[in-house]
Amino acid sequence: MTFDSLYFDIGRLDRLSYRDTFVHRLDPRIKVIAAILFLFTVISFPKYEVVALVPFFLFPALIMTIGDIPVPFILRKVLLVSPFAVLIGIFNPLLDATTVAVIYGIPVSAGFLSFLSILLKFALTVSAALLLIATTSFPAVCHALRRLGFPAIFVTQLLFLYRYLFVLMEEAMRIIRARDMRSFGTRGTEIKVFARLIGTLLFRTVDRAERIYHAMLSRGFMGDIPSLRKYHITTIDLAYLAMTIVFLVIFRFFRVTEGIGRIAQELFR
Amino acid sequence: MHMADALLSPTVGTTLWAGTAAVSGYASMKLRERIDDRIIPLMGVLGAFIFAAQMINFTIPGTGSSGHLGGGMILAIILGPHAAFLVMASVLMVQALFFADGGLLALGCNIWNLGVYPCYLVYPLIYKPLTGNSKNPGRILVASVASVVIALQLGAFSVVMETLLSGKSELPFGAFILLMQPIHLAIGLIEGVVTAGIINHVRSARPELLDSIAASRPLDTAISLRKVMVTFAVLAVITGGALSWFASTYPDGLEWSIEKVYGKGELPEDEHGIAAKLKGIQEKTAFFPDYNLKSAGKEPKKAEATPAWPGIDAGTSAAGIIGAAIVLALILLIGMGIRTFRGRNA
Amino acid sequence: MSHHIIEFRNVSFRYPDGTEALRNIDFRITHGESVGVIGANGAGKSTLIQHMNGCLMPTSGSVTIGDLLLTRKTRREIRRKVGVVFQNPDDQLFMPTVFDDVAFGPLNLGMDETRVRERVHEALSTVHGLDLCDKPPHHLSAGQKRAVSIASVMAMEPDILAMDEPAANLDPRSRRLLVVLLKTFSHSKIIASHDLDMILDVCERCIVLRDGRVVADGRSAEILTDERLLEENSLELPLTLQTRRWREDTE
Repeated sequence: MTFDSLYFDIGRLDRLSYRDTFVHRLDPRIKVIAAILFLFTVISFPKYEVVALVPFFLFPALIMTIGDIPVPFILRKVLLVSPFAVLIGIFNPLLDATTVAVIYGIPVSAGFLSFLSILLKFALTVSAALLLIATTSFPAVCHALRRLGFPAIFVTQLLFLYRYLFVLMEEAMRIIRARDMRSFGTRGTEIKVFARLIGTLLFRTVDRAERIYHAMLSRGFMGDIPSLRKYHITTIDLAYLAMTIVFLVIFRFFRVTEGIGRIAQELFR
Repeated sequence: MHMADALLSPTVGTTLWAGTAAVSGYASMKLRERIDDRIIPLMGVLGAFIFAAQMINFTIPGTGSSGHLGGGMILAIILGPHAAFLVMASVLMVQALFFADGGLLALGCNIWNLGVYPCYLVYPLIYKPLTGNSKNPGRILVASVASVVIALQLGAFSVVMETLLSGKSELPFGAFILLMQPIHLAIGLIEGVVTAGIINHVRSARPELLDSIAASRPLDTAISLRKVMVTFAVLAVITGGALSWFASTYPDGLEWSIEKVYGKGELPEDEHGIAAKLKGIQEKTAFFPDYNLKSAGKEPKKAEATPAWPGIDAGTSAAGIIGAAIVLALILLIGMGIRTFRGRNA
Repeated sequence: MSHHIIEFRNVSFRYPDGTEALRNIDFRITHGESVGVIGANGAGKSTLIQHMNGCLMPTSGSVTIGDLLLTRKTRREIRRKVGVVFQNPDDQLFMPTVFDDVAFGPLNLGMDETRVRERVHEALSTVHGLDLCDKPPHHLSAGQKRAVSIASVMAMEPDILAMDEPAANLDPRSRRLLVVLLKTFSHSKIIASHDLDMILDVCERCIVLRDGRVVADGRSAEILTDERLLEENSLELPLTLQTRRWREDTE
């Protein structure tokens, strides 16, 4: 991934998170809890489960459509991070080749099933996490984390990190461009030069932190970052959570997909 | 390497999250003893710095491929263990949310692997003793390389253990280790050299910087090797006991409820792999006498289920595929329907 | 009205690395005055501004704001009276949203929620930034950031406003809006700037710094038309005056 695409991707995701749709307006705590429950349910499926995972794609599908999140964008990001999981999972069909079923004449190995399971779980979990941040601004997520019990100082510096993430990325971009303009080919990317560049960035960062601290003191900072209550849980939020839980329970413990398949088989016998 | 949710089991994920939460609570408590408030904006901004620094690449000598900075060790050196741990945790959280680098449930594992080891194990037990109060660049180089290598080895090993204990991958222990450890050894050597380079450059260009930051952070209480070993031993016993208990009781419990719901024998059972092995150990040792009685009763049921590979016969699986296709089509229709509805109203 | 008087008596300041940034600075600013601080780069303008609210403490001499002598103990109280707008708005807007930034000061002053919201609303409307309320600072343009950083200071309703290069990096329109805004403020104003035209428009008094010393202190109309004085101090006539002179020369 080139630096630029990385930067603009995070910028795009950040901008998406500030939009105003039904999903965006839901309380951040509810969204975080719903996402966690979703993830938990998905990974609680046993190793070889494939078919029962399919209905779970409804969750990201609904969020993407109601939340107006571009589908190719999410797909691309999912593909981008898939290598590790694929790399580990690809050994499954090779190492576990016991034929477990024959479907319309094609032998299917257990390893292939577990690999498929990993792929599906991967697509579901990654898209759920991305969609959480795509529909909930980062400060809102932090607010939810604080209300859900994360330590105050952790959330405070998480917010600072987010605030200055883009600022520092731009500085790094400037440093890279300055370096690239004055080096030819790979000269300039040696470790010595790198250490110096990072050192420069570090100095600027520490100086900036000092200035920020002065600005904070100038506006009365005395050790704790104050905050006002901003989000309220409404009946709609609770209804959303309830529906999500019902959905998760039904599709986790009942073999709905197979049921639908069997009905179809009966109909077209 | 970051753990992904897809390779994680709920048990392992929850356990590691509990561990990470406990350490975060401890770190936050220690930070309340800070000398100076100026460390608060510094922590956040340094977290952003790590991200920015990871964007700048360097060529690894001899290979021509490019490398990036990890960050756990250098944060620990600059900020001390407690602040560095929280910053590393934030960096990983932002990576998980914005870049989908590592899952949200796996975040507990990743923070443990990439935060606890460098900040609370390697920094106090290896880096600080090796450097002492010396500013000698050579000593810093040796200390950095040793520290980063060990921290990354621990992290990589943990990824292997977490993946195996989750039971979703078929990779045998040996092959996995052979895959992970050497790669991380190489990465560790490079990152160690780079870390030393940065620290030494900072020392020579702005000598008072690191000391002035050290003056604002909470005092590094001396951590003895014995204390750490005892803590980890206790943790290992608790975790091991808990995991084996979970692995043996919960799948049975889940199986029981699933069988109750739609008839028996439909859930494929893990005949091989760690999950079953743990169950075996559990059955053989007598930790939970109640369970032993239960398992005696379970044996005939297992024997029943074994012959035909449980649950999947051609009829059911074909139905499964047809059902899956129908469900997918339905989801697509719903999605497109909502899209057009919004389009009309937008 | 003595609590609005600013007095620097023989103030000197030396940075830890030895640089003497201020030498024997003496001046007195009374209630409601608008004072511009001008000088070449490195003359000590920023250092002076940072002494206004105790971000920096004089190495010798004394700074008195109102009835309070500036010490480490009185800094906190002085910061309620003196609002400082720093050079870089990115350093000043450190909260996740504009609302949080503008509310930061009032919340630290201990106000309750309703009052805080009132103050935020007032401050943002003064700078014409109400529609920016829920945006994160990194989504704002330079002009918007400057406006919000001013609002974040105004929300504390300080008696004295000190600003370091407020017009830097602004496009012409934002700059014009800033000048108009500053002219409406009735606070005592101390503005350090290279933008001599802005100083001419906004400040009726002018202090010239060179190498940390005050070399001139008088009415802007006199100082900013004194070409020789300005050029001695590595400055020039304000651009608007230059055009007039050129036109006169060529006619």
